[in-house]
Amino acid sequence: MIYQAIVFLPLLGALIAGFFGRFIGPRPAELITSGFLVVTAILSWVAFWQVGIEHTTDKITLMRWVSSGELDVSWGIRVDTLTAVMLVVVTTVSALVHIYSIGYMHEDPHRPRFFAYLSLFTFAMLMLVTADNFLQMFFGWEGVGLASYLLIGFWYQKPEANAAAIKAFVVNRVGDFGFALGMFGVFLVFQTISFDAVFAAAPQQAGKTMMFLGYEVDILTTLCLLLFLGAMGKSAQFLLHTWLPDAMEGPTPVSALIHAATMVTAGVFMVARLSPLFELAPVALQVVTLVGAVTAFFAATVGLVQNDIKRVIAYSTCSQLGYMFAAIGVGAYSAGIFHLFTHAFFKALLFLGAGSVIHAMHHEQDMRHMGGLRSKIPITWAMMLIGTLALTGVGIPFVAGFAGFHSKDVIVEAAYAGHTPYNYAFWLLVIAAFMTSFYSWRLMFMTFYGRTRADHHTYDHAHESPYVMLVPLFVLAAGAVFAGFLFKGLFVGEYYTEFWGRAIIEGAGNHIMHDLHDVPAWVAVSPFIAMLAGFGLSYLYYIQAPWLPEATATAFRPLYLFLLNKWYFDELYDRIFVRPAFAIGRFLWKKGDGAVIDGAIDGTANRVLVTANNVAKLQTGYIYHYAFAMLIGLAAIITWFMFRTGGVQ
Amino acid sequence: MDIGLGHYLAVAACLFTLGIFGIFLNRKNVIVILMSIELMLLAVNINLVAFSSFLGNLTGQIFALFVLTVAAAEAAIGLAIVVVYFRNRGTIAVEDINLMKG
Repeated sequence: MIYQAIVFLPLLGALIAGFFGRFIGPRPAELITSGFLVVTAILSWVAFWQVGIEHTTDKITLMRWVSSGELDVSWGIRVDTLTAVMLVVVTTVSALVHIYSIGYMHEDPHRPRFFAYLSLFTFAMLMLVTADNFLQMFFGWEGVGLASYLLIGFWYQKPEANAAAIKAFVVNRVGDFGFALGMFGVFLVFQTISFDAVFAAAPQQAGKTMMFLGYEVDILTTLCLLLFLGAMGKSAQFLLHTWLPDAMEGPTPVSALIHAATMVTAGVFMVARLSPLFELAPVALQVVTLVGAVTAFFAATVGLVQNDIKRVIAYSTCSQLGYMFAAIGVGAYSAGIFHLFTHAFFKALLFLGAGSVIHAMHHEQDMRHMGGLRSKIPITWAMMLIGTLALTGVGIPFVAGFAGFHSKDVIVEAAYAGHTPYNYAFWLLVIAAFMTSFYSWRLMFMTFYGRTRADHHTYDHAHESPYVMLVPLFVLAAGAVFAGFLFKGLFVGEYYTEFWGRAIIEGAGNHIMHDLHDVPAWVAVSPFIAMLAGFGLSYLYYIQAPWLPEATATAFRPLYLFLLNKWYFDELYDRIFVRPAFAIGRFLWKKGDGAVIDGAIDGTANRVLVTANNVAKLQTGYIYHYAFAMLIGLAAIITWFMFRTGGVQ
Repeated sequence: MDIGLGHYLAVAACLFTLGIFGIFLNRKNVIVILMSIELMLLAVNINLVAFSSFLGNLTGQIFALFVLTVAAAEAAIGLAIVVVYFRNRGTIAVEDINLMKG
């Protein structure tokens, strides 16, 4: 019962707020959805205790869904450790974001709709993480995509918000196409799409080949790569990342919930869930590592120079997702999920803190117009500081630290122990850690320190947020401080296999989780040093010598523009995909639809009209004309009759 | 000269043609049209009676009587319509009766 309640309470809240919001008013809609989510979150922690500590996994079949030929799919709830971890992350962050939104959105006239979307998103995400087969996962996958679209475009009066919503949806379609193909492929190979059956049958398919697009390819590698394409789209990995920064057009709580803590981690979750398949496809895992490490590096470089406070955090999210994939790619699934878990807390904290700053600054998001806010909004400052400390991984090496310190260090060590060619994954991740530290502190310094660059009016009226917004920050801050320290033993400690149970399967040759404890000391310390270096450089640039950023940007202008324009990916895609698509669309519209189809139909209609007008002239209204016509007709018929039959015999 | 079937039919045809021309050459009066229709009916009657006599079958003459009855009724109704029309529109000139179009 507890699991059904966890999954369906948000749906109930969404239905009530969505369909009856205008009757019950905004405040009850807020309270109902938030109340349900708080209950769900408490139940999820109970479930986490039952599954993670007491090891009672469960599988519930709700009802039969599709039964067609060999395809037999049921709605089910699969509860194992992986699900429990995701349940905790999703419902906790979602509940806090619901509460926070009561304060953040208090001026918006469409609050019931907003809360209905938030709850709908939570339901779809829970469907995704409790899925028992590929199809149900796909349902949740598309459900969160839909909710993301609706929430990015929530302020539908803004053209940019609509464009960003469409962009997010379309870019995700590319990934989802891969996911769908992978799912079809799984059915083709295994004749089932139930996780258990597929995982059980997978080892027999290892190393076998099949024909795909005219090439003979390894079955499992192909399937895993196709499925990973879906994960890349959802988790905004390199090449399919372009939608994530634009998604910041949505309200800030949405960014915290969907584009930092939950939906974008669905890809990581998916690969971890399918670990039995990926373990049998080493080539696919290498691709996962490559994409993850490159994303971590790429997004961090772009984050260095962005000026919009939310976009900096968005690129940071992109980068951290790259860390998770890199860890999973080298086989350290538990490390990836551990980072997912801690990241959810501190990244949601950073986003909600940024929302609090934006709230205080009357919807100003440009950091160039901030500064000196520390004395104005001290509580927000403290929370953001905790978030930054957690994100950059501050801690005492070999002892303890903030959440990010534990999870990121494990990933970096795993990347080293994973023996990628030239250790590229390790180096990229360490450099990314350095840049993460730099841009995080840059954000802090530009926002809270120095002399203010805001105009007088805004600065004087900057005010601390109400408690309904601050309390969620406190909770998340507690998570950002303690999540790593408390849960490290469970997630990646010595007895991690006991905790994960059958949720994550590691291949026979996968000893990465043991190897990473044996890496040299300099490797273990390297992210700490990178973090310190990033902090030092940032301090130098934005506190000690504020003229340095300008000078550097001028000195390395091409590089600066390259980064500022996000490696020109948007322009590149615009040239390659968007404009040709528009051109084809315009051609089909103007020529195909306008000229050919409309021309044919309108032409026919015009001909008919002209003919009818001419015929209508015969209708004069004079009786004798009609009589004459009748007579002519009669004569014609008789004549024809006589000639044809020879008359009456 | 023997007057045979052919002569009767010729007379009937002449009358019928006169009736036709009376309908659509006339530009003056609706009553003339009614009279022309009567003329055509009479032509048909002549045909019926002539064939009846020629074939020795009384059916044709009975038919002719029916036609006369119907013609009388039709004339009565037609004249009544013309009277009403004149009352409403003040004219029964054929040129002015041109409302029968869409």
